[in-house]
Amino acid sequence: MDPIEPLIQIRGLDYSINGRSIFKNLDIDVPSGKVTAFMGPSGTGKTTLLRLITGQLFADRGTVIVDGQDVTSLSTDGIYRLRRRMGMLFQNGALLTDIDVFENVAFPLREHTRLPERLLRQLVLMKLQAVGLRGAAELMPAELSGGMSRRVALARAIVMDPQILIYDEPFVGLDPISMGVVLRLIRHLNDVMGLTSIVVSHDVKEISAVADLSYLLSGGGVAAKGTPRELHDNPSEIVHQFMGGLADGPVPFHYPAPDYYESLLARGRGR
Amino acid sequence: MKLFGDLWASFILALSNLGSQCRFLMLLVWRTPRALLRFQLISDQVYNSGALSLVIIMLSGLFVGMVLALQGFTLLQRFGSESALGTAAALGLVKELGPVITALLFAGRAGTALASEIGLMRATDQLSAMEMMAVDPIRRVVVPRFIGGIIAMPLLSVVFCMIGIFGAQLVGVQIMGVDQGSFWSQMRAAVELKDITEGIVKSMAFGVACSLIAVYAGYHAVPTAEGVGRATTRTVVTSAVVTLFLDYLLTSVFL
Amino acid sequence: MRKSRTNDLGTGLFVLLGFAAFFFLTTQTTSKGLSFTSKPHYDVTAKFDNIGDLKVGAPVSMAGVEIGRVATIDFDSQDYKAVVVLRLNAKFDKIPTDSDATIYTQGLLGGKFIGVTPGGAETYFKNNDQIQFTQSAFQLENLIGQFMANFGKDSGNKGSDAAPARDKPSATEKSK
Repeated sequence: MDPIEPLIQIRGLDYSINGRSIFKNLDIDVPSGKVTAFMGPSGTGKTTLLRLITGQLFADRGTVIVDGQDVTSLSTDGIYRLRRRMGMLFQNGALLTDIDVFENVAFPLREHTRLPERLLRQLVLMKLQAVGLRGAAELMPAELSGGMSRRVALARAIVMDPQILIYDEPFVGLDPISMGVVLRLIRHLNDVMGLTSIVVSHDVKEISAVADLSYLLSGGGVAAKGTPRELHDNPSEIVHQFMGGLADGPVPFHYPAPDYYESLLARGRGR
Repeated sequence: MKLFGDLWASFILALSNLGSQCRFLMLLVWRTPRALLRFQLISDQVYNSGALSLVIIMLSGLFVGMVLALQGFTLLQRFGSESALGTAAALGLVKELGPVITALLFAGRAGTALASEIGLMRATDQLSAMEMMAVDPIRRVVVPRFIGGIIAMPLLSVVFCMIGIFGAQLVGVQIMGVDQGSFWSQMRAAVELKDITEGIVKSMAFGVACSLIAVYAGYHAVPTAEGVGRATTRTVVTSAVVTLFLDYLLTSVFL
Repeated sequence: MRKSRTNDLGTGLFVLLGFAAFFFLTTQTTSKGLSFTSKPHYDVTAKFDNIGDLKVGAPVSMAGVEIGRVATIDFDSQDYKAVVVLRLNAKFDKIPTDSDATIYTQGLLGGKFIGVTPGGAETYFKNNDQIQFTQSAFQLENLIGQFMANFGKDSGNKGSDAAPARDKPSATEKSK
């Protein structure tokens, strides 16, 4: 379907935590230069998938190939080298709380490079300008609102000019204005900097506005894939439930339990 | 039978905990050489663990020295050898009370701060964020705090001893009327360099133990508010018990 | 950056204080301190039959005034005596050569020190002289030993006196 070689290729991935299977035989392609979205109900392992891609977790079976390198077989040093080409935005920003905004953005540069102070300052201010927070450089993370700290974290994620930018739930807990800002930034940064973006979210409306390609994860595999338009028209029940936000469907309202009637009649703790 | 089973289970748990701590220690030692290059980070932590604990250490040292003089005086007076008060206070402080009480206070002041700081960084994804920025959080965050604690502990301990001796002198000489000359000269005659070495070695060992326990508890804290709280509590309790146990062990080695 | 500067200053002060305290402990609370501060002094040797638990660094006093300290303690394998070098303050340079040195105990259980009782000679000790008249340490064990021996002898005598006395009546009873 896509002529461009995918930047991230996941093939036959199995992963389980404490014997509970999270993914079974998962195949995913992330095309280069596009915004790809991973959607799915809570608890389907979207964040786990990100951790598998970034080498924070390792697959039980299968391969995760990022830019030609298999993450599952890389050494620790190799993974750290790979991560320098990735930026990641955490749910709550995950800014370092003991240093101010400027130093937070400068942090990766100070750790990995020996730039002269003047150049470093220019780079940091450029990135802060890109997210519109150059004026907040002197503030401490505790003084920022949720949306602002996420934008600072974004500036920090792009300060090393990564190839891949990963957003973990970038819309959670934001007001509509901040949401609009983040959406604009995702699209803008992707196109201007020539990034490959991965967005994990369950906010269907927002994702549909920004994603080029969406994967809907459910039950340990890919339930559907395609452009937002295609997903919307997908006849599958699970896709219909998720995209429409219905309370009951293939993803049941009730957590698996024994028969209700029997539980009520049973003695003891009713289990 | 159930009691026995529970005991056995908690024994196994304690043992695996010990093993895990030791492995963490190896990990820290392994990463130490490269962390030493970032001297500024370590110096910041010496400030956090050491300089900020100084007031509590000095106050406690003063009072411990004073109480030691008071108790020692009434006891030594029975044997008519009040002049040995200086010796008793100095030896007691340098060999035992200095290192041990410093370690206990360190666990309460600096250890809890370390554990909660690292625990909070864990809970707010700061450690994961560092990993994603290709910065090893153990080398960047944990090792400097560990080394800082090891450097701070003996320094705090000698400050404690010095202030304690002055406190003892204050009560013994100024209030109880022990002769100042014999207070100091008997102390000088009896205290040997070996005793001071013993105190320093002890406080270094306590420094390693208390710092390790604190950073371990923080790093492995359950990433919730409750988990961080539990980590700090565990830091104090474990540090206190391990310090006293190590103290017995080291004392018997030095005898 | 400004915060980091004050932190550095605090750290520096803390480390300095720590080392000052360490220096204080090593020099002021131990006898080693004397070797660091080398005031003008001269050495005098004295041989003792027994020095008890005299330690290096113990004070040397004359008329209760500290005039120096024990510098070294050695053993002379020729005449089986302890050789003690007294390091005396150069200020006290008029100590007659026929003075005698005695090892005393401070208090009942205190440490040992050397007391120098001045003689009447016109010549004074110089560096590396030897004190001729010495008196060994007063050994509490020896004293107790002697006391016990005397006591034992006395009570033994009493016993031997008393035993026949007690035996006698029985003997007489038996004889009756």
